[in-house]
Amino acid sequence: MSLFEEVPVSIGNDVPRRRVEISLNGERRAAEVEPRLLLAHLIRNGFRLTGTHTGCDTTNCGACTVLFDGAPVKSCTMFAVQADGHEVTTVEGLAQSEQLHPIQEGFKDEHGLQCGFCTPGMMLSAKALLDENPNPTEDEVRWALSGNLCRCTGYQNIVKAVLWAADKMRGPDADTGTAADETGAG
Amino acid sequence: MYPSRFQYEAPTSLSEAIALLSAHDDAKVLAGGQSLIPMMKLRFAAPAVIVDINNIPKLDQHGVHADGSYRIGALVRHAALEKSTTLGEHQPLLASAAPLVADPIVRTRGTFVGSVCHADPQGDWASCMVALDGSILAQGPNGRRTIGVDEFVAGPFQTVLAPNEIAIQAIIPKPVGTRAGGYLKLERRVGDFATAGAAVGLQMDGDTVVQAGIGLTGVGARTINASEAAAALVGNRLDPDVIGTAAGLAAGVAQPRSDHRGSADYKRHVIETFVSRILTDAARTPEKVA
Repeated sequence: MSLFEEVPVSIGNDVPRRRVEISLNGERRAAEVEPRLLLAHLIRNGFRLTGTHTGCDTTNCGACTVLFDGAPVKSCTMFAVQADGHEVTTVEGLAQSEQLHPIQEGFKDEHGLQCGFCTPGMMLSAKALLDENPNPTEDEVRWALSGNLCRCTGYQNIVKAVLWAADKMRGPDADTGTAADETGAG
Repeated sequence: MYPSRFQYEAPTSLSEAIALLSAHDDAKVLAGGQSLIPMMKLRFAAPAVIVDINNIPKLDQHGVHADGSYRIGALVRHAALEKSTTLGEHQPLLASAAPLVADPIVRTRGTFVGSVCHADPQGDWASCMVALDGSILAQGPNGRRTIGVDEFVAGPFQTVLAPNEIAIQAIIPKPVGTRAGGYLKLERRVGDFATAGAAVGLQMDGDTVVQAGIGLTGVGARTINASEAAAALVGNRLDPDVIGTAAGLAAGVAQPRSDHRGSADYKRHVIETFVSRILTDAARTPEKVA
């Protein structure tokens, strides 16, 4: 007599899939998903955009940050079905063909990463900040990135990278009117 | 981590949402999801049906109502309050607390009303609601009712909402004086649970306090209403003696527990310091304006 007998798997509580259509980095993408699928999993495992990282999976670390209609959200803390009809930007959406986004250039130039795990989330939080405030102070950068954890850099070079990008995005002619310039002129 | 399976509904009207809640035994409202989704992932919560209210119009508004009260709809995100250019003049306490809630990314999604409904003793907004004598407007199949926040929160993570009721608005009563006050919170890092926090809501007639409320975060099994400390302010000017008495009374009703964030004595000391700082700052502010 066997001490073991395999029985059919009872999935139970069968839930219909739902169709989700999102604008992902400007491209329309559709999927049929179970409602419990997290947005992070749809992006990574469904659409195979693995630049969005899952770090803590408990809404603490910000590694999974994406832009949802332009604002930073933790994609591990949203259901994919909730993104239906919305715009999602991941780190893959930053560069334009071969041209890195100034934020990416800044992270490269200022050594804003070591292991790189937090970097996509950092860059998207930075983008949301710079879209709203093109000329942030160091404090404002630190404040805006305070939901993204980095265990390597000590943040110093990340902050420098974002300020570098802000400077570049304002362009050579837009560099007047900062606090430093006013002090110099006075 | 995956939550348990659930049926997802995304109604576009309140009546539809309430009908869905009435039709299912184990349904849960999803607003910002910044507490509910983590709890579902950890399987502390496993509702059979999720009623996502994010597609219901007009719930994302906040402002002064015709009756003079301040109303905050169920889909008003923390970030909307943080970035509001008008909140501060009407609700200085809420304006000072908004940037301290969770972290910037969570603030994009999380909602004021959802935070109050989550009824976490560590919640910042619940303390503000206590300090401002706020209430929750709930809508169910039989109409609407208003529930004061002290009654609304039945215990940790528990409210008196019926399973088929939705909290649709927070209501802060019409002021009888000029509003002042603020919120201070100690946290080990942004987004951590509060070591301790204090919300002080004041209404002033000149430099005399005409109404006051004090709510304490993270120093008890529920949000603490330091009503005696608040009563000690009413009818008085904010001079150092009055401030010291109120801060001492507030620290006295705190029921902190020693843990990895600090000893009970330390947390009580933080409460006393915070209440004193907020009141001292409020005493200075009218002079600055004048």
